[in-house]
Amino acid sequence: MKALAARRHHRLAPVVLLLLALLVTGGVYAALAPSPAQADTASTADIETGKKLFQANCATCHGPNAEGTSEAPSLVGVGAAAVDFQVSTGRMPMQMNGPQAEAKPRQMDEEQTAALAAYVASLGAGPAIPTDEQVDGSEGDAANGMALFRTNCAMCHNAVGAGGALSEGKFAPPLWDTSSRNVYQAMLTGPQSMPVFNDANITPDEKRDIIAFLDEQDQGSAGGLTLGSLGPVSEGLWAWIIGIGLIIGGAVWIGAKSS
Amino acid sequence: MSTTTTSPTAEPTTVIGKSADYLDQRTKIGVLTKQLVRKVFPDHWSFMLGEIALFSFVVLLISGVFLAMFFDPSMALTTHHGAPATMDGQLMSVAFSSTLDMSFEVRGGLLMRQIHHWSALIFVAGIVVHMMRVFFTGAFRKPRELNWLVGTLLMILSLAAGFSGYSLPDDVLSGNGLRITDGVIKSIPIIGSYLSYFVFGGEFPGEHIIPRLFTVHILLVPALILALIGVHLFLMVLNKHTQYPGGGRTDRNVVGYPAVPAFATKMGGNFFIIFGVLALMGGTMAINNVWNYGPYDPSPVSAGAQPDWYMLFLEGSLRLMPGQAEIVTWGDYTLSLNILVPAVIIPGLLFTFLFVYPFVEAKVTGDHREHHVLDRPRNVPARTGLGVAFLTAFVILALAGSNDLIATHFALSINTITWVFRILFFVGPVFAYWITKRICLGLQRKDRELVLHGHETGRIVRFANGEYIEVHRPLDEQERWLRVNYEARQPLAIEPATDSRGVKRKGYKKDKRWQKLSRFFYEDRVEPVTPAELAAAHAHGEHDELEPAHDTPELVSGSGTVEREH
Repeated sequence: MKALAARRHHRLAPVVLLLLALLVTGGVYAALAPSPAQADTASTADIETGKKLFQANCATCHGPNAEGTSEAPSLVGVGAAAVDFQVSTGRMPMQMNGPQAEAKPRQMDEEQTAALAAYVASLGAGPAIPTDEQVDGSEGDAANGMALFRTNCAMCHNAVGAGGALSEGKFAPPLWDTSSRNVYQAMLTGPQSMPVFNDANITPDEKRDIIAFLDEQDQGSAGGLTLGSLGPVSEGLWAWIIGIGLIIGGAVWIGAKSS
Repeated sequence: MSTTTTSPTAEPTTVIGKSADYLDQRTKIGVLTKQLVRKVFPDHWSFMLGEIALFSFVVLLISGVFLAMFFDPSMALTTHHGAPATMDGQLMSVAFSSTLDMSFEVRGGLLMRQIHHWSALIFVAGIVVHMMRVFFTGAFRKPRELNWLVGTLLMILSLAAGFSGYSLPDDVLSGNGLRITDGVIKSIPIIGSYLSYFVFGGEFPGEHIIPRLFTVHILLVPALILALIGVHLFLMVLNKHTQYPGGGRTDRNVVGYPAVPAFATKMGGNFFIIFGVLALMGGTMAINNVWNYGPYDPSPVSAGAQPDWYMLFLEGSLRLMPGQAEIVTWGDYTLSLNILVPAVIIPGLLFTFLFVYPFVEAKVTGDHREHHVLDRPRNVPARTGLGVAFLTAFVILALAGSNDLIATHFALSINTITWVFRILFFVGPVFAYWITKRICLGLQRKDRELVLHGHETGRIVRFANGEYIEVHRPLDEQERWLRVNYEARQPLAIEPATDSRGVKRKGYKKDKRWQKLSRFFYEDRVEPVTPAELAAAHAHGEHDELEPAHDTPELVSGSGTVEREH
């Protein structure tokens, strides 16, 4: 202690202290920070197949090594989850230019998708494909999911996920036919206009709650036909078509009956 | 009516007869009943459109009483327990929680809520279709201008009823509506912020608005509506019902059936049809599932947030208005024209049109007579055109209020749609006016043509000299009466600018302005066929006339060239 006390006025002491503080902060952060999800260790064979598929189907826009071009973003570090989302929903490979890439029948089968995902994941660390347990809505809390959905998702996707309009022809798609895995991946990777909801923003458990809330919607409405769950506009439309239509039809019928 | 007190010898024998007699001896109700029972009502399906509103209102009152038994209009916070699963354990207002309990715990509660809400939509829609019938047939003319005013007030009250009820459950969607209302109130210059604090009892949303709206919704507005419905129906009976033009119908008679049994039976039937349709809709079609939106919280706004259809034109008006109209004046005072114009001035203009139209039309027509026979819409092209222009503006605004749903459902860009509607809002009504007026004038010409030349029969006849003609069948009297018995109004004639001694006449400029408006209404017109023209057309047709053997003595030639329009 004496030696330490003697040197504490040394002119390099502040520098040493600063370095120590940085080391501690960094160490604590490294220990406590959520670790970025790691891609599943995939076989090198998968990666090779993926690379070939990539060069045949994706390289035109994303560049031969997925480094990105002026047409399309770099895929280094997007992770397997992004690839699985885009390819399994058919959005990629993209069919044509438009306001946004639209979902369509998938072009790659499960195996090819997995190979592509493995290849892209090998380029840089990124979010991995969630496990079945992570996306199992039956283990989530629908009420909490409702609260989260209302605050984070409803402004674009409609209160119950019926979809909504964005600017210039872009849109937030309806979520009822989207698989739980894709919903989870979309939150994790933020495809296209969608923001990323990382695990610090919405925790994996909360993501599962949101999936539980969406699963609730499959049961329909206690009130009868949902009319698309689009709110007052579709209600008003049906009030005029069905309601006023039937009632005026009735009036014409009564009026036509001779007294 | 077996029991009247006019003949003392006829003693009632049945129980009903005896009790009616008992009542009549004490109230003289028999006189009134007799009058009402024998009152004649003209018969037409479009006269039942007002009943849609009336009977939906009855359904609204019945279902509303049921709902009021279970609703608790309090904004105090509570934690909800129970169905639906998505709301279990959430913090919400007592009002919202009681709406959920009413829907999921009370037997038949959700059905009642849905019937109530569908009835509200149909109530306003019924008022609108009824107003359309009244407007396009000119039923608002003297002596019914006052009743038109009462009706327009009822329409505005129905909007107030709908709006106040829509906001009660305290869900996110209706809260968004209240937030917009708050913004509109605050946009009123000078008094706006004070008024907002007054309405909400402090800063929005506060804790007072739901109880206040509850009082407005279940007491104030329904009472006013009931009272005005009374006035409306009383005036209808007093003025007598209008009738469509036709043989034997004049401004001095009413051709129809007595109230009992014919009219009352039809009315009763109509009630059950309307009640049935409303119950069917409430039972099968979900409406305003508030648990989809969740309890109100000022931060979230979901995609597709719109008001009920009758308020959609206000939403559209706000969506169309460019934000740049907000100006900061001297002294850093913000004048929110971007809200004031679309949410206060435009609806103000639309409602003003409805209120003043009957009086303006009477003035430009120079018409002080009573009218009990309705106009065929084609015979007053300017009015019909203005009505269609008004509806076009309303529909464009309502569509603009749904621009996001149009964008998603038709794969269009919401920005483009908004611009298209901005332009259409100005161009659409003008175009609609022009095309409607042209169609009306065209139909009138077609009527003239028919009256003068009769129906085409498709029968071609060749004369001995080789000439071919098509045989035309003349109109029967009823058909002809319908087509010639109207008045093609002319622009006002006004006194000259100076009198005989060259002195400028007071009020000339004002008269001139009215005359200008009158020209706008009546400059283009198609005169009805006069008896002289008809006679001339018949005479003209005579050289084509077939031999008597064909027994068509009143043949009218198709080759006639009688064109005396304008």
